[in-house]
Amino acid sequence: MQNQPVSSLIQAVEQASSPLDLLKAVRALAAARHPEAIPTLLEVLGFNNPGAAVAAVEGLTVLGAEAVPPLLKQLDDHNYGARAWAIRALANIGDPRSLAVLLDAATADFALSVRRAAARGLGNLDWSQMAEAEVPAAQAQAVTALLQVTHDAEWIVRYAAVVGLQSLAQRLHPAEKEAQRQRIQQRLAQLVEADPVASIQARSQLALSELGMQ
Amino acid sequence: MASDSGSENSRASSSAKAAAGDALTVEQAIAYLKGSDLSLRVYAAWWLGRFRINDDHAVAALIDALADEDDRTVAGGYPLRRNAARALGKLGDQKAVSALVDSLGCSDFYVREAAAQALEMLGNQKSVPRLIQLLKNEVPGTQPSPEQPIMIQPYDALIEALGTLGAVEAKALIASFLDHPVERVQYAAARSLYQIASDTQEAQQYGDRLIQALSHQKLQLRRAALADLAAIGYLPAAKAIAETLAENSLKLIALKGLLEKELQQSDTNQLSHESIQVMQLMDTLL
Repeated sequence: MQNQPVSSLIQAVEQASSPLDLLKAVRALAAARHPEAIPTLLEVLGFNNPGAAVAAVEGLTVLGAEAVPPLLKQLDDHNYGARAWAIRALANIGDPRSLAVLLDAATADFALSVRRAAARGLGNLDWSQMAEAEVPAAQAQAVTALLQVTHDAEWIVRYAAVVGLQSLAQRLHPAEKEAQRQRIQQRLAQLVEADPVASIQARSQLALSELGMQ
Repeated sequence: MASDSGSENSRASSSAKAAAGDALTVEQAIAYLKGSDLSLRVYAAWWLGRFRINDDHAVAALIDALADEDDRTVAGGYPLRRNAARALGKLGDQKAVSALVDSLGCSDFYVREAAAQALEMLGNQKSVPRLIQLLKNEVPGTQPSPEQPIMIQPYDALIEALGTLGAVEAKALIASFLDHPVERVQYAAARSLYQIASDTQEAQQYGDRLIQALSHQKLQLRRAALADLAAIGYLPAAKAIAETLAENSLKLIALKGLLEKELQQSDTNQLSHESIQVMQLMDTLL
């Protein structure tokens, strides 16, 4: 299995005749961690087979930066299901080139699972990959978006926003650090007091404590 | 169990919604409920529950609707009664209890199911004797489920209601359903016995049974077990919940159930170690 050439692994995905075969083939292809697998893994995101899509997202995630441009391009397509999975992969990878897409998805997508994944993704960006001069403004934008997402109607999206804010607060650029931390602290304290869902209050409290803001 | 009721709701909301417009006012909804257009009546009942319109006139009109004879399905069901019972559960007004207890004697399986669920939500002990009677099949004229004749009664709903109401006197009866051929009913029994167990050790054995159910081959049953574990907030299930093969959304809802039970039980403002662990699992599922 280990030494099978990528082309034959790709072929196995294309020829899979049952959902289970497909899942196995996608897992094998993902495990190869080979850039040539990217187009096929992207295609799998649109197959409406959740098990296979999860495996493909994992495969794209380990490939990291190389998978980002094709994933961003994939979003132009009109396959809604594939779009949701692509957002999840981008959220996992954390490449700042996906910032604009994640901002949009976190605040405006109609599917709560997409908003949830995008909110988490905004906290997961690796800012060292961005030109340093651009970082403070980009982070301010991400904080603003996540603060907005803490008002989402769905509890789980607010939960993801709190998680996103916590991890973003831990990655702030020195230039804007204090200002942004203050905004985050203020909102988290409000959520502890006033969110109608006990789990959100608790998660906000945990975030404040992990950020040393209590 | 939801198939019949699901189609009925979409029927109500597609035709009637077009007529009513998306937004109703409370007065309109009550007027529709008392009116002669059957699909609007069903829609208004659903709407009052959905938006939790806790209004005396709404409650009174819904209680009247529990005795409706106009709206019948081909199979003899009572769509309006079903929706009225569901709505009354959500409105939380104790005035509905005795009418809902009467509805437990309805010939329509889904009316009895909705009534049992509503009585569970209302949390009123007065319904316990009748729930037990129905669970024993001692109420004449009650027809089995049209889709699943083995379900002579909505056993899972009855058992869950008795568990939530803390009906210790029904313990042996509920335990007899642990081997019921329908797995969902077994899970309901485990969940309910967990709630009325006399000590932690006894409770644990039922909680663990639901953890085992998380590895059932059928996704639908794993989902059912997730919902049951969430309802009882069984903390030792946290890791198994995070790892079971089901949608992350459902796992997150289940873990939220565990977390909030734990938050309720700790009196301090300090987060417990267990709460933090549950949240860490939730974080990984976003």
